[in-house]
Amino acid sequence: MTSATAVGARAAAPAPRARKHKRDWRGWGFVAPFMIVFLAVLVAPVIYAIVLTLFRTQLVGGSAFVGLDNYLQLFQDPRFWESLFRVTLFLLIQVPIMLGLSLVAALAIDSARLHGTSFFRIAIFLPYAVPGVVAALIWGFIYGNQFGLTGSINDLVGFQLLAPFSSEWVLASIGNIVTWEFMGYNMLIFYAALKIIPGELYEAAELDGAGQFRIVTSIKIPALRGAIVIATIFSIIGSFQLFNEPNLLKNLAPNVISTYFTPNMYAYNLSFAGQQFNYSATVAIVMGIITAVIAYIVQLRGSRQEVR
Amino acid sequence: MSAVTSPKRPAFARGTKPTHKARQRKSIVLTIVMAIFVIYSVVPLVWLIVNASKDQADLFSSFGLWFGKDFNLFQNIYETLTYRDGIFVQWFGNTLLYVVVGAGGATLLATIAGYGLAKYNFPGRRAVFAVVLGAVAIPGTALAVPTFLMFSQLGLTNTPWAVILPSLISPFGLYLIWTYATDAVPTEILEAARMDGASEFRTFFTISLRLLAPGIVTVLLFAVVATWNNYFLPLIMLSEPTWYPLTVGLSQWSAQATGVGAQPIFNLVITGALLTIVPIVIAFLILQRYWQSGLSAGSVKQ
Repeated sequence: MTSATAVGARAAAPAPRARKHKRDWRGWGFVAPFMIVFLAVLVAPVIYAIVLTLFRTQLVGGSAFVGLDNYLQLFQDPRFWESLFRVTLFLLIQVPIMLGLSLVAALAIDSARLHGTSFFRIAIFLPYAVPGVVAALIWGFIYGNQFGLTGSINDLVGFQLLAPFSSEWVLASIGNIVTWEFMGYNMLIFYAALKIIPGELYEAAELDGAGQFRIVTSIKIPALRGAIVIATIFSIIGSFQLFNEPNLLKNLAPNVISTYFTPNMYAYNLSFAGQQFNYSATVAIVMGIITAVIAYIVQLRGSRQEVR
Repeated sequence: MSAVTSPKRPAFARGTKPTHKARQRKSIVLTIVMAIFVIYSVVPLVWLIVNASKDQADLFSSFGLWFGKDFNLFQNIYETLTYRDGIFVQWFGNTLLYVVVGAGGATLLATIAGYGLAKYNFPGRRAVFAVVLGAVAIPGTALAVPTFLMFSQLGLTNTPWAVILPSLISPFGLYLIWTYATDAVPTEILEAARMDGASEFRTFFTISLRLLAPGIVTVLLFAVVATWNNYFLPLIMLSEPTWYPLTVGLSQWSAQATGVGAQPIFNLVITGALLTIVPIVIAFLILQRYWQSGLSAGSVKQ
């Protein structure tokens, strides 16, 4: 596959070159392979899904065009709203905590005031390399009362101090897993952005007598704005498509985590347990639109502040 | 000039930058605070290593963060690899296949396209950029169900292609190479090569590719992690256990502990989880100087 694409790209080269004096089409030779696969595996499914949302499979007479009925049904579906509310709550609490921790870690590592900086950098980043499934399995065991650490702590204090699988705490338990997985990754994104601040800026600040704290608030944080916007967008997307962790913890807490715990679990269960493909596609499309709109707003706000 | 040489030597480029910082006093308080971060990050992994050395009985009877009566790590590894005629080894092979073809292909496509976007001003360039950036905002998992429905129409489900094809696209990788190539490949070098009569693709493969190396390693590593860790897509695409990657296989083993006819194999789940993360952690540690410099793409420009 790998070499086939390379050959394809090579073969595409001469044709665009011939016209280079009029308009420079050469770039397409490079971009075309990506765009072809992109259209096939990203754009085509979206279009196909949109078509699906306009139909409904009837008990009698097969598939019928129903216009926007699936959407109307979805907007009146309490299960959808409940799952959407849950991931929104998750987003509003987990994302700021995680990004805040990542920011602190990145600033600390960049400050050159740490002993053994590179050890901290790699150790905190390490959980990112752990598959979400494995992370959920490990934490699921740790949360467990049987041979987890939670059980040990509860035995130690003599009562049920921690109950990660209770309905009040299960969302926080999931938030902890996600924070553990992505804190280091976001730290690295922030750290990379801190590294491109020109050294002269610090020298100028030091000449002006600015302290460390002032350098952080006046130079480092403003320079991180773009990275923070990117990390926020990725985190929003991640929260809205929450699936792996709750789906795996469901084995351990089947009564607390429902089949519509998150919109994605709802779409999955509609498809694979309920065979309601059209309705499932509607959930996916609506969630895609909501995510894209919010990501766009965040991006817009982020770049508008940059202009000021 | 520094932009030409430094991508090859990320470690040096990094080391030379903040001369003013060398004077800074080390802070013990800050080190302690960061130690808490490290403990949080590492304790679950320590738990995994410790408990991979226990048999089922010890798992239930001993403290989670210390070893049990017997040291059973090798026994556990043997059992994991031979359970059900070595299905774990097969899953491992499947994961490797998906990673090599999927992540390798994704890196190749993203590198070539990112370079094209950075170095050529062609009609429709802005449109390509807008569409790809827009795609970043589409949740991959929300796409999975529609992709499954389309692939099942095409008869692609339950084949390796169902997992490989969607992982060939990495908008983030494209973005990273695009920003990296803008600085790492000087336009003057390309013009000089054109003067010498080299074709655009020859220039790319002989000159630009080498300058892009740290960026490519970064994209490759993140694509490898994404495919190695892929769970949702194979979960819905594959129904035949012989095509499962490790992630889906492990979750099936874990689910085996509950429900009707439960056959808990906690020790195998834990050992299997450890075996799943070891290769990827090693890859990160070995390649760290590359991806760390690749991520700070802009840091090479002075």
